[in-house]
Amino acid sequence: MARFQPIRRGIVQTPRILACGDSALSVEFGETIDPDINGKVLALDDALRMRSPAGLLETVPTYRSLLVQFDPTLTDYDALAALLTAEAQGLAPRASTGRRWRIPVVYGGEYGIDLEDVAERHGLTPRQVIDRHAGAVYRVYMIGFLPGFAYLGGLDPTLATPRRTQPRAKIPSGSIIIGGAQAAVGSIECPSGWHILGRTPVRSYAPERDPAFLLGAGDEVVFEPVDTSRWDMLDREAQAGGVVAEEIRP
Amino acid sequence: MIDLVVKACGPMTSLQDRGRHGYQRFGVSPSGAMDARSLAAANILVGNPPEIAAIEFVNLGGTFTCSGGDLRIAVVGADCSLSIDGVQVAPNTAALLREGQEAQVGHARTGTFAYLAIAGGFAVEPQLGSLSFHLRSRLGGLDGAPLRPGDRLSCKAEAQPGELMHLPLEAPPTDAPIRVMLGPQDDYFTPAAIRTLLEGEFTVSPQADRMGFQLTGPQIEHAKGFNIVSDGIVTGHIQVPGNGQPIVLMRDRQTAGGYPKIATIISADLDRFAQLRPGTSVRFKAVEREEAVTAARQMKDWISSLPTALVPVRFDLTTEHLLSVNLIGGAVDALAPRTPETAAS
Repeated sequence: MARFQPIRRGIVQTPRILACGDSALSVEFGETIDPDINGKVLALDDALRMRSPAGLLETVPTYRSLLVQFDPTLTDYDALAALLTAEAQGLAPRASTGRRWRIPVVYGGEYGIDLEDVAERHGLTPRQVIDRHAGAVYRVYMIGFLPGFAYLGGLDPTLATPRRTQPRAKIPSGSIIIGGAQAAVGSIECPSGWHILGRTPVRSYAPERDPAFLLGAGDEVVFEPVDTSRWDMLDREAQAGGVVAEEIRP
Repeated sequence: MIDLVVKACGPMTSLQDRGRHGYQRFGVSPSGAMDARSLAAANILVGNPPEIAAIEFVNLGGTFTCSGGDLRIAVVGADCSLSIDGVQVAPNTAALLREGQEAQVGHARTGTFAYLAIAGGFAVEPQLGSLSFHLRSRLGGLDGAPLRPGDRLSCKAEAQPGELMHLPLEAPPTDAPIRVMLGPQDDYFTPAAIRTLLEGEFTVSPQADRMGFQLTGPQIEHAKGFNIVSDGIVTGHIQVPGNGQPIVLMRDRQTAGGYPKIATIISADLDRFAQLRPGTSVRFKAVEREEAVTAARQMKDWISSLPTALVPVRFDLTTEHLLSVNLIGGAVDALAPRTPETAAS
């Protein structure tokens, strides 16, 4: 029998199981950013958490792999690896969680200091950049870097912009940013080399709110341009623990 | 309510416990004590469970008082001294800090991280299940901040302080290689690069903090570039960016990253690695899973065995008590903890 061959865009039928020291392993479905690869990661995450094998501590879904952390003194590594391999066989990618968030964004001006520069680079008007950025449906591939920082796929390829050569030491909380072909919803203030198109009052992470984390891997996100005049009201609402983002039907 | 009052401390002094677990999928770093063994020992000395929050010192010590009652305290790690009103407490020995007295924790003499535990622990509200302070996300600690002079930490202290104990502790070996397991991305490196990691000598650079330790040494060559699509990170991962100089990711690491990781320090050797100071040389040794798991089990058993290793201190090492029994020159009981004179040698 021929061995399984990698199929399109680097998706493999049998994922690789890679050791990450004695207390973790990584189940790798591919090496690229791809919704089907990410969908398999999320589907395996669901399946594993449902099975809850002895010693399992925590799982971290990423773009292309599932990190599985466990207590090495309570876990039979070979059994865990066998379980993961079996669960991964014929796994259907999880298209999305079925949750779609509409996130209000004030674009440009002091809220999006790079909007005009990005428009100029692509020979577009700021309005066109806003329309294209707000006209897409994004997929949350993973949450990482900082609490609640959402990495999105689905950016209009005509907006892909190489990262700044000089990263900024600080960008504001809730920055709506793009870097290369990726987009993101920023969370707390952080250093970044990405371009700031706008800002949302939505807190993707608010420690005192229930839920503390709004977005999860596999969620969908759309952006709704809002006028500067609405910022204060929305920001106050978010400050008081409001979600502000609206959950809508896909 | 008894408060521990911070009179002076270094800028990176913070509360740390076993860490914040279960939120890495939301981008939250686990944080936690850099030297979990020392945290455990300090806690056990004052009758606490091994993993609750203590004050972590980074190189520099601090000065503390208490108000509202007396506190049983202990300091373990980095060979830091502890004195109460100027009287030295024997190493790895609990002491009674009375209201009005001043406890002084000395700077690190070996290693970097030390822990001050108080009996009962701190009555500080956890964030996402942990008191561990994380600088980047401003989580944990005292209102999302490290400790600063003037801070008052409420304590869940006992009404009647219990017996003072000593814990005979052996310093971990300082020259043994740090054990690693290869992977997860060892296939991004040439066989020569893996030999370089395992046979070369590296030095801990001054760029070493709770997030990661930059090492300097021979170049580690990539076989197929150094850009990977970000994947998950664990504490102890050795990642190699484009300059070929490895970075070991430590407790305050990010949850995902985009450099290939050539190897991972085994869990049992993380605490020992964390205590290597900038300028110290380090060698790595590859081991198989079986050895790593055995070492993890031994470490767990060692921590579980700590309460049975405690030895009661026969007298209260305060100035007034020592003066009253005229024992300031030193103890005579072979079972008693080392006296300040021998401790200093």
